[in-house]
Amino acid sequence: MGNIKWDEFFITGDPLILGAQVSIALTMLGVLFGLTYLKKWKWIWREWITTVDHKRIGIMYIIAAILMFFRGGIDGLLMKAQTSRPEMGLLSSQHYNEIFTTHGVIMILFMAMPFLIGLMNVVIPLQIGARDVAFPQLNALSFWLFFSGAMLFNISFVIGGSPDAGWTSYFPLAGKEFSPSIANNYYAIALQIAGIGTLMTGINFIVTILKMRTKGMTLMRMPMFTWTALVTSGIIVAAFPIFTVALALMKFDRLFGTHFFTVSSGGSDMLWANLFWLWGHPEVYIVALPAFGIFSEVIATFSRKQLFGYKSMVYATVGIALLSMVVWVHHFYTMGSGPGVNSFFSLTTMLIAVPTGIKIFNWLFTMRKGRIKLSSAMLWALAFIPTFTIGGVTGVMLAMGAADFQYHNTLFLVAHFHYVLIPGVVFAVFAGLYYWWPKMFGHMLNERLGKWHFWLFNIGFNVTFMPMFFLGLNGAVRRSYTYSAESGFAPLFLLSAIGSVILAAGFAVFCYNIYWSIRYADRNISSDPWDARTLEWATASPVQHYNFAKLPEVKSFDAFWQMKKNNEGLTLKDSEIEEIHMPSNSGQPFMMCVIFGVVGFFLVFEWFIPAAIASVGIIVGLIYRSFDYNDGYHIPVEEISKTESTWRNEKGEVHKHVG
Amino acid sequence: MSANVNTSLPLEYQTHQSRMNILGFWIFLGAEIVLFATLFAVYAVLYQNYAGGPTHQDIIMIKEVMIQTLLLLTSSFTCGLAIYEMRRNNVKGLISWLVITLLLGAGFLFMEINEFIHYIHEGATMQTSAFLSSFFVLLGTHGAHVTLGIGWAIIVIIQLIKRGLTPVTARKIFIIGLYWHFLDVVWIFIFTFVYLKGMVG
Repeated sequence: MGNIKWDEFFITGDPLILGAQVSIALTMLGVLFGLTYLKKWKWIWREWITTVDHKRIGIMYIIAAILMFFRGGIDGLLMKAQTSRPEMGLLSSQHYNEIFTTHGVIMILFMAMPFLIGLMNVVIPLQIGARDVAFPQLNALSFWLFFSGAMLFNISFVIGGSPDAGWTSYFPLAGKEFSPSIANNYYAIALQIAGIGTLMTGINFIVTILKMRTKGMTLMRMPMFTWTALVTSGIIVAAFPIFTVALALMKFDRLFGTHFFTVSSGGSDMLWANLFWLWGHPEVYIVALPAFGIFSEVIATFSRKQLFGYKSMVYATVGIALLSMVVWVHHFYTMGSGPGVNSFFSLTTMLIAVPTGIKIFNWLFTMRKGRIKLSSAMLWALAFIPTFTIGGVTGVMLAMGAADFQYHNTLFLVAHFHYVLIPGVVFAVFAGLYYWWPKMFGHMLNERLGKWHFWLFNIGFNVTFMPMFFLGLNGAVRRSYTYSAESGFAPLFLLSAIGSVILAAGFAVFCYNIYWSIRYADRNISSDPWDARTLEWATASPVQHYNFAKLPEVKSFDAFWQMKKNNEGLTLKDSEIEEIHMPSNSGQPFMMCVIFGVVGFFLVFEWFIPAAIASVGIIVGLIYRSFDYNDGYHIPVEEISKTESTWRNEKGEVHKHVG
Repeated sequence: MSANVNTSLPLEYQTHQSRMNILGFWIFLGAEIVLFATLFAVYAVLYQNYAGGPTHQDIIMIKEVMIQTLLLLTSSFTCGLAIYEMRRNNVKGLISWLVITLLLGAGFLFMEINEFIHYIHEGATMQTSAFLSSFFVLLGTHGAHVTLGIGWAIIVIIQLIKRGLTPVTARKIFIIGLYWHFLDVVWIFIFTFVYLKGMVG
């Protein structure tokens, strides 16, 4: 069966990996023991694992993303430690290859994506005045498939070996000929499973946003975050199937000996590069656009002004989405496409700077003459604008096909995309978490710790990645596990490594902030603590599971702000309460997660017969779902009025903050 | 949600949840179009890379393929008749036409599998050349979709027999109809760009 030797099943002989194995085992034991000791098994099954509530699914996405941030961050720190001095011996070249590969995959697909999809899950139905997404159980399945893929990918480094061909996994390197071990199978299969979940999320959110908006919520009255989520979902549906095919063909090449990307028998390795980036470039915007949406919400709220140039913002978002589909070749100008093709893609790439620039100016004009409140969330948005602009401008430098021959595969590129993705995504996620935390949990994150988190992370980020621009211009290549002392790179590499420690300290403060706030933060807060503008703040914090007792009616943009201003639609009379229909919980998505994980694991090891047997489970799960006619349940009026009275004080407490 | 039933619409469109399901499925078909478009693009890149192995003219059995095409196109027509009977509230007619549709689909599948076996006996396997890799995966993906469609339709027919024509079963039938027609459209492209174009070199 397969081609793995049993003594290679567990990775042995590396003290770092041994440490990881021990800590994974201890953590798992700890979780199992903790759940048993606290008698929480039933609770976690009923309230979380089987939930179809979009808010809880969103929170699970966010928890998973924080864990993955930790894992990917450790990878980053190891790389920085390895390159902190010339000729370091901390990591072998093979180990370094594995670590930059998993760092990239995890940070993009298992950190950035779930963070943003998590926030979308929590916020979007609330912002459009809906009680859930269009397909709640499918939503749970999306999460569990993502989780299955993420876990499968993460066990690779202790069982069987990590993928080591880079997050782009270019052929022929990633093919069987040059990577004969099963390690790269993890890449193909884990991403495939997670990708199915993402595609379902895309479909779910398009239908939710198109079909479930509350009365009066026209498309051009939707909050900016909802708009970006809609456009992102569109890109997901248009781009992810390409990746699905690319990964499937990769599997065929690796598992069944076909010749799509091989050098021999007529295959084309450049075909992989094209397919990968046909998905990979839009993927950048899949994560960047919702982030822009978050900044739009945060900046408008904390400037106490309506978002400047809303319409142009919407058109710019759509424009970026369209352009994102026609720029993919700029990732491989040097691979022989020729000057004509390169020029075309240089142009399209530079064009993206136009709608992005419109957005930057809109944010600046939103703040102009606003009453800016420097909350933690707003600080992230403020820091985003200059740092992201550096990322954008260096992006235009890279976009020039001829000049790119100089920058290609150097640390200049690495610095560029970290300057895009960290301010453009991670800052946004932090801003979003500080902003929506009270909506999710009914208490705020500590603002003082938030400032420590902000400053450490920001300074650390700039000290880590700014030197990499200059290293790259001096000729330091990416993905190289070491360099000589004569190269003269040592001082900047050391500076960068020091920066990464500060960055990590910032993240540690964030984790501590979560812990501190859960334990000590004031629970007695308003449901609208920021005096915000959109509908998610028109209901309780944390949000009751049916979201709105009475669906709000929207009369203008910034609906909740206008409701507060005109003092209408804020109160609830007992006579207005009606029964609410809600979907039932289901264990099926979680079971599918387990089955997909098992099938994926067998396929990784090329054990086809067990995989075939296990995949019968997938069919059974689908049939079970088809015959499931559970139509949900109704929440009785008494229960709703009881829940509502706990957060609406005498006159409806949303009144308190009217500005 | 199950509320707000609009009885002026066809059965499958009457509830809000059904309307959302149908829209969601259309979007899913959009994703399927991208999926097949990618496979066609791969085929377009690799279709002349014979690597010394058999070419189109060496292997294609155009007569059998012609019959497959007729079977599948007819099944699309009978599927349309099934939906027509559903609109007329004729459950018996609906089930009959669905069963005929599936039999035609199974006939198509049977012939396709035979065709593949024949190719493999002639030494034209997935591993032979890039052309054959892309050929088998493109056609195999379509065939796998047809297989899945048959299994899925059987499950829904069982529900139809058990529950009769309700807004939910009607919606499920309607969605399978969309899926079935989609597979037909994909086949037309395969027939044109793989078989016919392959025959003329």
